[in-house]
Amino acid sequence: MSRLTDRFAALKAEGRPAFVAYVMAGDPDPETAFAIMRGLPGAGVDVIELGLPFTDPMADGPAIQKAALRALDAGETLKGVLAMAARFREADKTTPIVLMGYFNPIYSHGVPAFLADAKAAGVDGLIVVDLPPEEDEELCLPAAEAGLHFIRLATPTTDDARLPMVARNTSGFVYYVSITGITGAAEANAAAVAPEVARIRAATGLPVCVGFGVRTPERAREIGKVADGVVVGSAIVEKIGAGESPEAVLAFVRSLSDGAKGAR
Amino acid sequence: MASDRLNSYRAGPDERGRFGDFGGRFVSETLMPLILDLEKEYERAKTDPTFWAEMDDLWTHYVGRPSPLYFAPRLTERFGGAKIYLKRDELNHTGAHKINNVLGQILLARRMGKTRIIAETGAGQHGVATATVCARFGLKCIVFMGATDVARQRPNVFRMKLLGAEVVPVTSGRATLKDAMNEALRDWVTNVRDTFYCIGTVAGPHPYPAMVRDFQSIIGKETKAQMQEQEGRLPDTLVACIGGGSNAMGLFHPFLDDASVRIIGVEAGGHGVDDRMEHAASLTGGRPGVLHGNRTYLLQDADGQILEGHSISAGLDYPGIGPEHSWLHDMGRVEYVSVTDDEALAAFRLSCETEGIIPALEPAHALAHVAKIAPGLPADHLLVMNMCGRGDKDIFTVAEALGQEL
Repeated sequence: MSRLTDRFAALKAEGRPAFVAYVMAGDPDPETAFAIMRGLPGAGVDVIELGLPFTDPMADGPAIQKAALRALDAGETLKGVLAMAARFREADKTTPIVLMGYFNPIYSHGVPAFLADAKAAGVDGLIVVDLPPEEDEELCLPAAEAGLHFIRLATPTTDDARLPMVARNTSGFVYYVSITGITGAAEANAAAVAPEVARIRAATGLPVCVGFGVRTPERAREIGKVADGVVVGSAIVEKIGAGESPEAVLAFVRSLSDGAKGAR
Repeated sequence: MASDRLNSYRAGPDERGRFGDFGGRFVSETLMPLILDLEKEYERAKTDPTFWAEMDDLWTHYVGRPSPLYFAPRLTERFGGAKIYLKRDELNHTGAHKINNVLGQILLARRMGKTRIIAETGAGQHGVATATVCARFGLKCIVFMGATDVARQRPNVFRMKLLGAEVVPVTSGRATLKDAMNEALRDWVTNVRDTFYCIGTVAGPHPYPAMVRDFQSIIGKETKAQMQEQEGRLPDTLVACIGGGSNAMGLFHPFLDDASVRIIGVEAGGHGVDDRMEHAASLTGGRPGVLHGNRTYLLQDADGQILEGHSISAGLDYPGIGPEHSWLHDMGRVEYVSVTDDEALAAFRLSCETEGIIPALEPAHALAHVAKIAPGLPADHLLVMNMCGRGDKDIFTVAEALGQEL
């Protein structure tokens, strides 16, 4: 068992979907980012996705690209992100933290050192956008060995022939990308998402969280009806980018989590 | 046969798209099925005589191939050493080697039933070539170009528009070539059904590096035959400039197993390859990392964040390099060197004044290195330099560098 599997098991017992919030580490600066992160569980967040800033986030829309550059301009580093996770973990022993980003900063740090450091910092899982199953030897397999979940993305282009490959070597949950496109772009459509979630759940036996294209409490409620979890990133990051206070950002997060939790 | 393959520098990539540790398929799940489809179609086309018959016909009648292998008497005399030959790929339609590859990819796109073509461009040469071939086949063409480059390459932007392409200025990130490539990838994940991504160099996820190399290898194959005809033997040294590295790979690849041929790739040294990182020399001043779908040498900081390249030549101004070059570098088969902006400018003028050829700033880098080594080589030494593009696009940049107003 792990914090992540425990959390999904508990939510299943409660009969409600997980609310997953994404924030970029170090955005707009390390202290403000930490104040927001620390407040997420209190605002109804079940799983935290902590963005690892990268100069060239190829799968992300403008909101998350800008957040990454703000964080980097404020001096954020991989070490800084792990220190932030460790600091959070001192006070919160149960909320799962999933690092989400791109491979190069991890590769540059060195995979074995990164896995050891992430584990020690209290990180529970990894989502690395540019590592498909074809590149599992790079990080996915070593991460599993180190006791970290490697969470896979499934997309509308992941057909039945590919699904077993996507299911292999993964654990924790599956992140279903509800649209073909970048983060924060088109709106997810619950009617189209429902059969996909069922298909992926059946093939993997894992909880399926849906992200990319969920921006409002209403949409979070709709998606929460059909998925095991709802992920919101860009809409939150935009508030941070607009200079809103941690309190205002957390109030918005609360409205989203209330939406997701009112689903069932 | 098996041992021949093992002993060959030309056998790569392996089935995972790797050249040694370099290359691979580092893309998001959304793109993975598209890349596998492309690989399947390319493998089919590669052994289909009708595909190559159409390529040959277009290369001959539309592009103007074969390009001449020209003995440059006055450069030879000036350097006072090796016999200098120029492979004249600047005489191709659209003025550079880029169209060799674009034709192949567009024919593939047609085979795959794709109707919308996207491309990234830095200096605009690949964008112009893509817009040209799209016009020729009546395909919709969208070119992503960093807003910084749109401003400094206005003639090529206008050319693309005349050819019917939509030019999208990219303002995300730092608004240069790498951001244009990011934006093209974002467009591709959004428009997966009808869109073909036409990459301009030997980089990106497998199968692009191998596929673009195969299309550009026409340069080296012709050179081999032409040198045989003119001198009755192999050349002794090959020199080509490298940004992503497609013209160089096209010239080098057919010669990789000819042990007597010395092969040199010339990177853009900008203001000098040192700690200021004001250059675009990924091999001589970078280290391995993962970007744009492949593992290769990259310009990056200590934390794995990608740095901007700098070069007077917008076509060399990319923080990465094709993965096969990274492998050839580590294997020691190809030597990689760099020359500075100032050295390239001097070579640019030399080419104009001695041979009456206005070169692009990219091959001016190659010529600058030729100027360094040719004088020390014997008179029977055969040196081939790839003149991969003409310099009309660069006259404004050069005028500015020389402090002249046009």
